[in-house]
Amino acid sequence: MATLLGATVDQPTERVTPPPTPAVGRGWAGRNWLAGLAGWFWLLVVLIPLYWIVITSFKASSDYYQQNAFAPPSNPTLANYRLVIENDFVHYFVNSVVVAVGTTVPTVVLALMAAYAIVRGAQSGLLRRIQGLFLMGLAIPLQAAIIPVYLLIIKLGLYDSLAAIAIPSIAFAIPLAVLVLSNFLRDIPRDLFESMRLDGAGEWTMLWRLAFPLTRPAMVTVAVYTGVTVWNGFLLPLVLTQSPDRRTMPLAVWSFQGQFQVNVPAVLASVVLSTVPIVVLYTIGRRQLVSGLSEGFSK
Amino acid sequence: MTIQAAPLAAPRPQSRGGQAGQHGRVAWMAVPALAVFLLFAVLPLVGVLVLSFTRWDGLGAIHPAGIRNWRSVLSDPDLLHSLWVTFEVMFYSWVVQTPIAILLGVFTAGRHRYRAVLAVFFFVPLLLSAAAIAVTFKALLDPNFGLGPGLHSDLLTQNWLGNPVLAMGVVIFIVSWQFIPFHSLIYQGAVRQIPLSLYEAASLDGAGRVRTFFSITLPQLKHTIITSSTLMVVGSLTFFDLIFVLTGGGPGDSTRVLALDMYRRGFGANQMGPASVIAVILVLVGLGIALGLNRLGGRADDSSLEGV
Repeated sequence: MATLLGATVDQPTERVTPPPTPAVGRGWAGRNWLAGLAGWFWLLVVLIPLYWIVITSFKASSDYYQQNAFAPPSNPTLANYRLVIENDFVHYFVNSVVVAVGTTVPTVVLALMAAYAIVRGAQSGLLRRIQGLFLMGLAIPLQAAIIPVYLLIIKLGLYDSLAAIAIPSIAFAIPLAVLVLSNFLRDIPRDLFESMRLDGAGEWTMLWRLAFPLTRPAMVTVAVYTGVTVWNGFLLPLVLTQSPDRRTMPLAVWSFQGQFQVNVPAVLASVVLSTVPIVVLYTIGRRQLVSGLSEGFSK
Repeated sequence: MTIQAAPLAAPRPQSRGGQAGQHGRVAWMAVPALAVFLLFAVLPLVGVLVLSFTRWDGLGAIHPAGIRNWRSVLSDPDLLHSLWVTFEVMFYSWVVQTPIAILLGVFTAGRHRYRAVLAVFFFVPLLLSAAAIAVTFKALLDPNFGLGPGLHSDLLTQNWLGNPVLAMGVVIFIVSWQFIPFHSLIYQGAVRQIPLSLYEAASLDGAGRVRTFFSITLPQLKHTIITSSTLMVVGSLTFFDLIFVLTGGGPGDSTRVLALDMYRRGFGANQMGPASVIAVILVLVGLGIALGLNRLGGRADDSSLEGV
């Protein structure tokens, strides 16, 4: 047990592949040429636009129209990035960070508490009904609820604030977070709770001293997923804010396109800048995730 | 740590007595999450139904309107058109995504290191915001400044977003570009769960690769196909941001899906009543399709979520 608890902290895992299996592994999958072809073809489909975004963002806007679109920049320049940053990009970036953190942290904390209650109170009919409600929530599309959400936000006097984006985001992130966390909590051996309780620990203590450290990998999953969703969210900022001051990344990228018009390299620089934090978060999250899952419960 | 050293042989009767009180002590922890969820997700879902029977311009007072909104929206040819476009998007994105996602799922299920590396790249489009993707492809496909003129290729120099058929094609392509990796991940998990013995038996019987794929892999993936299709089809109801930024529903109204129609009426024309009617229709269509697909799959619940 001791190694289990220590593992998620101490042992960084450097690879993203599942635990070592001989490379031949499933021979049948290895010999499937059609799937192999699809794999390499899809890599091209994915990479070509991404490659184009990155190289173009380093091209001078005057070169953009003269060079071959796929040639690397002959005179690489940071001018586009400078232009984007001079146009309040940092401000929008901070807005997005505030909204993402302001959504992710409450979501994870509230969902962990709810998941804990659901798992520990599994025999109670009330909690089972609450769980059912959260499950149903997975099916509520944000678009369909947006008009009443708009009404609520106006009535609460939150219109055109960052909180107006964060609060509904929390509500719509909670169902999946509860589902993932409760599935994970259910795998913690009952004896651990029992023995802690016999040591005199209350539920609140067990939540933070036992459930919290043991569900870390699941919490990272939930946090990364929620963070990415909110960072990329478009409808809530579009409907619930109006002043340029409150713009988040996707709205900013959209308005840059209107603003820079034919200066495609500058528009793409804003796309790159808006995406980098997500790629970083994903990279970190993925490592934690894999180490947690492979070291965790060996399930 | 210390936990392990603690006595595990707890006297049962005592623990049962403790549990009776436990539920009360633990239930309150669900309250904060429940409150936020009820107020900002469940209440709005009920609210949209109520609002569909009212007249509201988004700013002033809300007046009851009876079934007027429903009657006017249901008799509006625009609604039929939006429904049709929504089904088109749904159908084509399913037809394009499913076979590729299955193939890629089978491919990445092979435990080779290079395949795992490729799978990491496949995932990148999922990280981009729909707005960023739409902005990118809009620039990439621009008939004057985009890819076609950049490569001096007449074939690629099309008015991609100005022609109704091409615009629909572009929407489907971008959706596939972004979401196929997600579905192939679901298939990857499912393929890895297929018992190896089935393949051994097939190869003993002399079945070829193609035969094996169609008589073992595909049937074994049945429930996963239902799950993935449900997510795909219901998800396609919510392609709002991508289409909003990419085409704005155009050219004309050729890519104006239901969600866009709702936004246009509600936040564009300040008619929240009719917009709410469309929101309710959106929910009903989604629910109907999800239930229908699950019935198709036979077993409805947990089993179909395998591999997620």
